[in-house]
Amino acid sequence: MNLKKTFLPLFNPLSKDNPVIVQVLGICSALAVTAKMEPALVMTISVTAVLALANVVISLLRNTIPSSIRIIVQLVVVAALVVVVDQVLKAWNYEISKALSVFIGLIITNCIIMGRLEAFALNNRPWPSFLDGIGNGLGYGIILIIVSFFRELFGSGTLFGCQIFPESWYEAGYMNNGMMILPPMALIVVACIIWAHRSINKDLQE
Amino acid sequence: MKGLKRNIDKIKPHFEKGGKFEKLHSVFDGFYTFLFTPNETSRSGVHIHDSNDSKRTMITVVIALLPCCLFGMWNIGLQHFMAIGDPDRDLFRLFFYGFFAVLPQILTAYIVGLGIEFIVAQMRGHEIQEGFLVSGILIPMICPVDTPCWMLAVAVAFAVIFAKEVFGGTGYNFLNVALVTRAFLFFSYPSKMSGDNVFVQLGAQPAVDSYSGATPLGQLASSDGATTLTNILGDPLSATDIFFGLYPGSWGETSTFCILIGAAILLLTGMGNWRIMLSALLGGFFMALIAHNWASPLYPVSYLTPFEQLGLGGFMFAIVFMATDPVTACRTNIGKYIYGALIGMIAIIIRVYNTGYPEGAMLSVLLMNCFAPLIDYCVVNSNIRRRQRRITIKNS
Repeated sequence: MNLKKTFLPLFNPLSKDNPVIVQVLGICSALAVTAKMEPALVMTISVTAVLALANVVISLLRNTIPSSIRIIVQLVVVAALVVVVDQVLKAWNYEISKALSVFIGLIITNCIIMGRLEAFALNNRPWPSFLDGIGNGLGYGIILIIVSFFRELFGSGTLFGCQIFPESWYEAGYMNNGMMILPPMALIVVACIIWAHRSINKDLQE
Repeated sequence: MKGLKRNIDKIKPHFEKGGKFEKLHSVFDGFYTFLFTPNETSRSGVHIHDSNDSKRTMITVVIALLPCCLFGMWNIGLQHFMAIGDPDRDLFRLFFYGFFAVLPQILTAYIVGLGIEFIVAQMRGHEIQEGFLVSGILIPMICPVDTPCWMLAVAVAFAVIFAKEVFGGTGYNFLNVALVTRAFLFFSYPSKMSGDNVFVQLGAQPAVDSYSGATPLGQLASSDGATTLTNILGDPLSATDIFFGLYPGSWGETSTFCILIGAAILLLTGMGNWRIMLSALLGGFFMALIAHNWASPLYPVSYLTPFEQLGLGGFMFAIVFMATDPVTACRTNIGKYIYGALIGMIAIIIRVYNTGYPEGAMLSVLLMNCFAPLIDYCVVNSNIRRRQRRITIKNS
């Protein structure tokens, strides 16, 4: 029982309290980086890392931050971490860094991060805050991966850049769906996930 | 007929509550009321029933669409035989060529669309609504003749589920289902929905030398100034050709003449709204006049005269059959004028000033569909405010 409670911040955001489909945060980047699976995966890792570390730092500082300037302090911490992530990506995986372009920088404005810092890290000890950061990052990542799976499969016929649909399909008249590459379709896929999720979890229905 | 009714009445108890096929009640009910007028009456209070139920409304619209539909089929045949250089212009030969070219698409649209409606009605325990009767014929009419059936099936399924069923089914959709289908195809498979190679069906035969499959608006969009519009063999298009629709295009929408017959049927039976049609026509004409007055080589479509603007492409079809859809249009009378005028103007603006899209009627109707509730809201609220002011003046 106690163990379950300790790990609640880690597992709760995966489904019941998912940041994207239940709290409806971070929709913007979910539309922007999910046309292909690889950027979506890198984005997931980056956001999880930033969120977990920012949660820990803010949680450690929580008793020393005056509440009138807490947003600025949070921004400084997040911005520093994002710059580190950006530099690491540029050094180790330049291609992906190019593909994600401005969206790595925009992690700073990702509502999930500020939301978790405000709602959780300011009131909790570092260890639960760390778990909460990992959990929310992964919860965000799951949705990103599902959305990008459908978008890349039907939009480009590939997964992680490997051809999935055989050449013979294209010769028989199959065509990639160009709308899947466009951001509106990500919104519709997210809507479908919310639809399925709420029909399973009836208590979330409003 | 009597025998049929006797037989159906015999199996009816199976489909009612407690019967063997209770689950299939809505399917049975759908077919039953399609064949016979239901004999159920209201059980309490006083009701006034109009005999004009939604089935009759839908059938009237389908009848209004028939002239365009039949002409379109003939035109497909005409364009095909012109393109391959066959001089035989037998009426039935042309018509049946077109008929068999579009039959698979019509069947696909109906089977997929009605199939989803039936399944959803079963799942929710609703009665089957007739909304798809019109959409099913509209969808193939606003698509190029060569659209593959599987694409059409995907698009119809998308439109029926996401534009209609998730919002509550027939009568609750805020976007026109047929146009959502076309928009889905347009953005998903652009190479099959626009360009010079999709609007004339060549089959496997080679085209004659002077052939070009570009639609009139397509020719203009790719030109660099005022050009003479031509038909697919390079002969100039006359005003009568434009009026009667003897040029390639999405097959239902080319003939202004047939659309006007349809509009007359809609207006005489009271199914279509004259306010929307009139204001859209005036809005389009006004915008075309402005564009023509300040024509520039940067926007080649602006060289068209206002009458050519209205007669070419899908403009007339959109304002007669799409804009007047009572579910997605404005409900208030003042709102209808605003809604119609904006559809007409935006259609011409997109067509002339957005060189990426040769035709803007679809996008303008969809855009105004989104704004229709807002327009209604403003009209209703301004009316409330006006009357409130009157009361306060009287009281003071």
